[in-house]
Amino acid sequence: MDAKAIHETLVAQFGDKITGAALEAASPFAVVATDAIAEVAAFCKASPALAFDNLMCLSGVDYPKEAPPRMEVVYHLYSYTHLHTFALKVQVPRESPAVPTVEKTWGVANWHEREAWDLLGIAFTGHSDPRRILLPDDWEGHPLRKDWQDPEYYNGLHVKPTQGMMERALAGEQIGVGPFDFTPKNAHVDEA
Amino acid sequence: MGDTSEIKGLIHNRFGDGLVFTSADQVINWSRKNSIWFMTFGLACCAIEMMATGASRYDTERFGIMPRGTPRQTDLMIVAGTVTLKMATRIKRLYAQMPEPKYVLSMGSCANNGGPYWKHGYHVLKGVDEIVPVDVYVPGCPPRPEALLYGLLKLQEKIQEDRVTRKRGYTVGSLAGARLDGASDRAAGK
Amino acid sequence: MATPETIVNEWDPDALDTDEMILQMGPQHPATHGVLRVELRTDGEIVKAARPHIGYLHRCFEKHCENVDYNGVMPYADRMDYCAAMGNTLGFALAVEKLHGIQVSPYVDTVRVIMAELQRIASHTVAVGTYTMDIGAFTPFLYLLRDREKILDLFEWTCGARLLYNYNWVGGVSHDLPEGFVRATRDLLREFDSVTYPELLDLIIHNRIFVRRLSHVGVCSPEIAISHDLTGPNLRGSGIARDLRKDEPYCGYENYDFEVCVGKGQYGPVGSCFDRNWVRVVEMRESSKILHQALDRLEKMERTDVHEKVPKRVKPPKGEVYFRSEAPRGQLGYYVVSDGNVNPYRVKVKSPCFTAMSAFHHLAKGMMIADIIALIGSFDIVLGEIDR
Repeated sequence: MDAKAIHETLVAQFGDKITGAALEAASPFAVVATDAIAEVAAFCKASPALAFDNLMCLSGVDYPKEAPPRMEVVYHLYSYTHLHTFALKVQVPRESPAVPTVEKTWGVANWHEREAWDLLGIAFTGHSDPRRILLPDDWEGHPLRKDWQDPEYYNGLHVKPTQGMMERALAGEQIGVGPFDFTPKNAHVDEA
Repeated sequence: MGDTSEIKGLIHNRFGDGLVFTSADQVINWSRKNSIWFMTFGLACCAIEMMATGASRYDTERFGIMPRGTPRQTDLMIVAGTVTLKMATRIKRLYAQMPEPKYVLSMGSCANNGGPYWKHGYHVLKGVDEIVPVDVYVPGCPPRPEALLYGLLKLQEKIQEDRVTRKRGYTVGSLAGARLDGASDRAAGK
Repeated sequence: MATPETIVNEWDPDALDTDEMILQMGPQHPATHGVLRVELRTDGEIVKAARPHIGYLHRCFEKHCENVDYNGVMPYADRMDYCAAMGNTLGFALAVEKLHGIQVSPYVDTVRVIMAELQRIASHTVAVGTYTMDIGAFTPFLYLLRDREKILDLFEWTCGARLLYNYNWVGGVSHDLPEGFVRATRDLLREFDSVTYPELLDLIIHNRIFVRRLSHVGVCSPEIAISHDLTGPNLRGSGIARDLRKDEPYCGYENYDFEVCVGKGQYGPVGSCFDRNWVRVVEMRESSKILHQALDRLEKMERTDVHEKVPKRVKPPKGEVYFRSEAPRGQLGYYVVSDGNVNPYRVKVKSPCFTAMSAFHHLAKGMMIADIIALIGSFDIVLGEIDR
C-alpha cells in the first residue's frame, strides 16, 4: 500500500483523530491526536491491510521555536507482511509532556520510550518501567532539550569543560613534542 | 648506582661470565617490568585496538604483558576508551581493588582529556586523570597498536626507574611522580 | 505477542527467597563485549530474571550532531559502532543525500559497496572471534584477528586509518581507491575463500563443543524477534529471511547476486545462539561473493571523481527523513531532521543492538549463568552503538 492508501485507511477508521499529514515528504507521516495514539497503534498492528507489526524507531524531537512550541514523538512503522512503511506523529506541549505508551503493541517501545523520557523528559503514561536508561539515576535534567545548559559539576566531576581545559585543548598543536623525543626524566630521579 | 664502581674495579673480569652484579632495585624492577599483567578495561573503540595489540600481529605477550580479567591480579589498568560520568565511580572502585604497586595507562584521546567529546559531551569525563593518577598517556583516536606498544615500553622504562629499596619517603607505582606537597594543576582548579 | 511482564517487583532485595541472590555482571567484565551491566537474580546457577543496564558509554552523539555541521557528524558517527565504522557513515551519508537530493555516480556506489562488504567481513570476524573466546576457544580469535588485519591493511592503504575512517562523505567518499587495490583485494579474497572460511567452518561450525553449547540456548521465536525489532543476523537467525540489501536496495545492491542467509536449526530449534552465529559465518561467504562481483564491475566501469557531487556546504532543505541501511549488526536507522541550516536540527539513531538488547530479559529466563554469556555474545552487541 502506498502512503495515500494507508492514510485513507486510518482516516476511515479514526476520523478526526488524524489531525494532519504530509504524504509527499521523503518519509510520509500522519499526525495523530495524543490521546488516541495507543488505539491507533493497536489498529495499525492488528489490521490485516496495514499489518504494521514492527516499530522501527520512536524518536522525540524538541521544537521550542516553532509556532506553537511543542515536542513531537515520531513513530516509524514497518510491516513484514506487506513490506510497506509509514510514520505517525504526536505533538505535545513542552511543559510536562505526556503521551500514552504503545509498549503493549510493540515490545521494543519499552526501551525507546525510556530513552525519550531520559533525554527529553517526555513522560509515557502507563509505562511499566519509567526509569532512566542512558544517564545515571541521579542525573538532573533532560539534556537533549534545546534549552539545556551543562552544569558545572556532577557529584564532584567536571561536566562543563573549564577554561583551562579549553586552552589546553586548543593549544595542543603548539606543544611541538615529536614522537621520538626522549622522555624527560622523572623529577625525583634527578635528585639521586 | 654509582657506588659499585670501586668494587667493579677490583673484581672486573676476574670471574668469567657466570657472575652478575647488580643492585636489588635493578633486578626487582627488571622482573616487574617484564611481566606486566594488565586489566582488560576496554571501554570503547580503543578496546578493539587493545585487543588487536594483544592478538596475532602486534603481540604483547612477547613482552610479558598479559591480560587478566580481574583487578585483583593486575599491575596495570589500561583505560582504553571514553570514560563517562556513570562509569567514573566504577573506575575508582576498580583502581582501589588493584594491589600495589599499580600503574595506569591512559589510552586514546578520550581517556587523556575527553577526546572528540570534550566540548559538547555532557556525560563524558574530561580525562581519566580527574579520578585516578595516570602514568603514561598514549594519544591517538584510536592509537595504533604500535603506539600502544610504545606507551607500554615507556611504562617499562618508568618501572625500571622505580625506587624500591633506595630512598625512604617515596612510594612505588603511579604515585611515585606525585609532588609531595600535593600541588597539581587539577587541584588549582584549572 | 504477550505483553512484557512488569519486572520492577523482581528486583526488590527484600523479596528474595532465602537461597536466591542478586548478582551484578559488569560493567567491567571480560565477556560482556563492552561496558554492559547485567543484573541477575539467580537461584544458584540458574537465572530467574536478568535485566541489562546500559548507558555506561553514553557519549552524547545526538547532542554533538546538533552542534556540528553535517560533515562534522561523520567522525562521531564512526565511533558509534566502532567495529563496523564504514556502515555507520554510509547510512548517514545516504540519509542526508536523500534529504538533499544528491545522486552519486555508479563508480562511487561500487566503491561504497566494496568498502561496506569488506567491513562486514571484518566486523563478523571480530564478532565470531570474540564470541568463541567467550565460549572458551582462544584459537579462532587469533586466527580471525590475523585475517582481519589484512582487511584493515586495505583500509589503511585507501584512507589512512585502521579502525575509524571518516570515509563516506555526503555526496561521495573521502579517498579514491589506490592503484593496485583491486588486485590486492582479489588476493585477499582468494585466501579468504580457500583458507580462512574452511578453517572457520572446521574450528567453529562443525565443532561438537560449540554445537552442544549453543544449539538449544537463547531460542528467540519470530514473534519476539519482530516485536522487539531484532534485525540483521539476529532476525535471520530466527528464520525470517529479510535483508535490506534485497528489500530496499541502496548503492546499487540490486545488481549483485547473493543469498540471504537464514538460520535453519540444523542442531536444535530455530532461533538459537548457534543459528545467529551460523548466519554471521555464512554472511561472510556471501560478502565475499558480492565483493568478487563488485570488483568485476569496477574494472569495467568508467572512473569518476569521487568528490564530484560533494557539495561545498551541506545545507539540505527543510524536511525530515528516516533512512535505514543493513549494517553488519542489523538495520541501522537514521532519522534526520533539517531546518535548512548547516547543522542538523535533530539526528536520532536507531541502533540495531539497542533494540536487540530490549529482548534480553525475555530470553534470559531459566538459563544458566554461562548461557547468559553465550546469549550476550550471540546478539553481537557493541556498546558504543547501544549507548551512542
